[in-house]
Amino acid sequence: MKIVVCIKQVPATTADKRYTSDLRLDRAAAESVINPLDEYAIEQALRLRESGAVESVGYLSMGPEGAAEALRRALAMGGDDAWLVTDQGLAGSDAWATARVLATALDRLAPDVALMGMASDDARGSLVPGAVAALRGLPLLSYGSELTVKGETARIRRLTATGFDIVEAPLPVVASVTDQVGEPRYASLKGIMAARRKPMETWSLADLGLNADELHGAALTRVIEARKPEAKPPTERIENVSPDEAATRIADRLAAWKLI
Amino acid sequence: MTYRLTDEHLELRAVVRELAEERIAPRAAEIDAKAEFPWDLKELLAKQDLLGTAFPTAYGGTELDGIGQAIVVEEIARADATTSLIPIVQKLASLPILLAGNEEQKARYLPRLASGDWLIAFGLSEASAGSDVAAMRTRARRDGDDYLLNGSKRFITHGSIANVVIIFALTDVAAGGRKGSSAFIVETDTPGFSAPRTEHKMGIRGSPTAELNLDEVRVPASNRLGEEGEGFRIAMATLDRSRVSIAAQAVGIAQGATDFALGYAAQRDQFGKPVAQLQGIQFMLADMASQTEAARQLTYAAAAAVDAGAPDLAYLTSSAKLVAGDTAMRVTTDAVQVLGGYGFISEYPVERMMRDAKITQLYEGTQQIQRLVIARQLLQRAGVRRSAPR
Repeated sequence: MKIVVCIKQVPATTADKRYTSDLRLDRAAAESVINPLDEYAIEQALRLRESGAVESVGYLSMGPEGAAEALRRALAMGGDDAWLVTDQGLAGSDAWATARVLATALDRLAPDVALMGMASDDARGSLVPGAVAALRGLPLLSYGSELTVKGETARIRRLTATGFDIVEAPLPVVASVTDQVGEPRYASLKGIMAARRKPMETWSLADLGLNADELHGAALTRVIEARKPEAKPPTERIENVSPDEAATRIADRLAAWKLI
Repeated sequence: MTYRLTDEHLELRAVVRELAEERIAPRAAEIDAKAEFPWDLKELLAKQDLLGTAFPTAYGGTELDGIGQAIVVEEIARADATTSLIPIVQKLASLPILLAGNEEQKARYLPRLASGDWLIAFGLSEASAGSDVAAMRTRARRDGDDYLLNGSKRFITHGSIANVVIIFALTDVAAGGRKGSSAFIVETDTPGFSAPRTEHKMGIRGSPTAELNLDEVRVPASNRLGEEGEGFRIAMATLDRSRVSIAAQAVGIAQGATDFALGYAAQRDQFGKPVAQLQGIQFMLADMASQTEAARQLTYAAAAAVDAGAPDLAYLTSSAKLVAGDTAMRVTTDAVQVLGGYGFISEYPVERMMRDAKITQLYEGTQQIQRLVIARQLLQRAGVRRSAPR
């Protein structure tokens, strides 16, 4: 039983994000991390491996060469091997192009479960898991708060507004999990050192039998504008006054807004 | 001494910083206020293999180079000085075993210490033998295949919680501490060993600093490190190497204070703008950052000198500890100044950092002792004879 976790390297949540002239995120300018939501997928996969339910955990990422760092960090948390799909022709891929590349790579790796986080922290499209499942013609088990595999089936527990659903499908499947699976572990020092010796393979588009023109021709979305959120009006602070005075001023302000 | 930071060092810093920011920093104020040893963080550091960085892989350690070990201490100290003492003391007190232990002693003790299952302490100082180490009075009397240890130790970090303590004691009273002392591995569950009291301290308050009492403590001769009379040499060789950890701790405290003060100055508005826009504040921040960086680079050079076994490593380790300790004190004091009145209250971490910084000027040799070590090397190079120690 093999799980391949698809991970994406994203700018750190706290990083100052900048855009290139053609409205793409400037990934070189910001500190990069494993997409935090993917860390839950990694944690879920490693827990299944520790419980003996799966034999191997691999990682797959599509991104610039620097994304190897994210794969190395994932390997430091645990797992066995990693693949990076990197190619100049991939720059600016939309969710659809990404899904096609991942689907092609996953066809080659043929895991029992292709596991993903529920969304990426930078794009938040939540489209890729579904698109990969559709392209590969496999069942999709999405938004799992827990994933289990047994015999020939995979099963997720999915929280709903009124309770939870149990969704089951025959292997192989594509699955995505939420932050409910449990806190991701920190890489231990021995894990970090071991990760340097774990195998990582790099594939170009040609290695996967894909070509850039075809992928971009197939792009379904285009970014037409990127801008910062509008600045809020300056915050009014009530400082260095007595509590009575502060309370009076707050009440006056709320009254002026006709809120009280 | 030449050295270079590798990608592995940078990765190590990123990983330990993340852990420290998320798990250690949020605990720091409580550890300080309650003056309680952070057992939870000791477990966390053990689990992440961060207590075994100074131990050979053959004994279950991760055998980082000196700079790697310094980075680990630095990043933990940046969040909490008390917690950084856990790996520091684990290394300090294991150094006598690493430097002078035989294979049997190493095999018995190092794996448990590298994993963090056991804690160890370094029992050198006494009430009347601080900087004047040779004035020690604790004795070890030979009794068949054993020694009987009697006396007391003071200012022993982790002394009350350690499973094993390295005790330095006189085996030849007439020869005195310099020539007549020996080092022993003492398991703290041995009858006659007790830690009757811990100190109430200004800083590193979560780290228990204990008084130890030894009353006819029976230690097998097989637990003596090296030969009789080698105690002083083992202690000095240990301190010459362990001081880098204190320098790294001081750098970490200084960096933590600098980072906090910078963040605060960027947010705090006075006279209609953030105080970070005021040149007076900018000058302080620039001094804090550049001095911390200078101390860091000296610390790494000292760490590299220890790795290389440089003959004058004490010159660099003492210089690093001297500069870094003074830097930590000055920078944390300035951090309090940048925060103004808010720096003086416990709602913000810089007053704790300032209290924690002080110890780096005192332990593992006061700043004055560091100067003596440095001067000794200087005079030696210049061919100046020193007067013999009394």
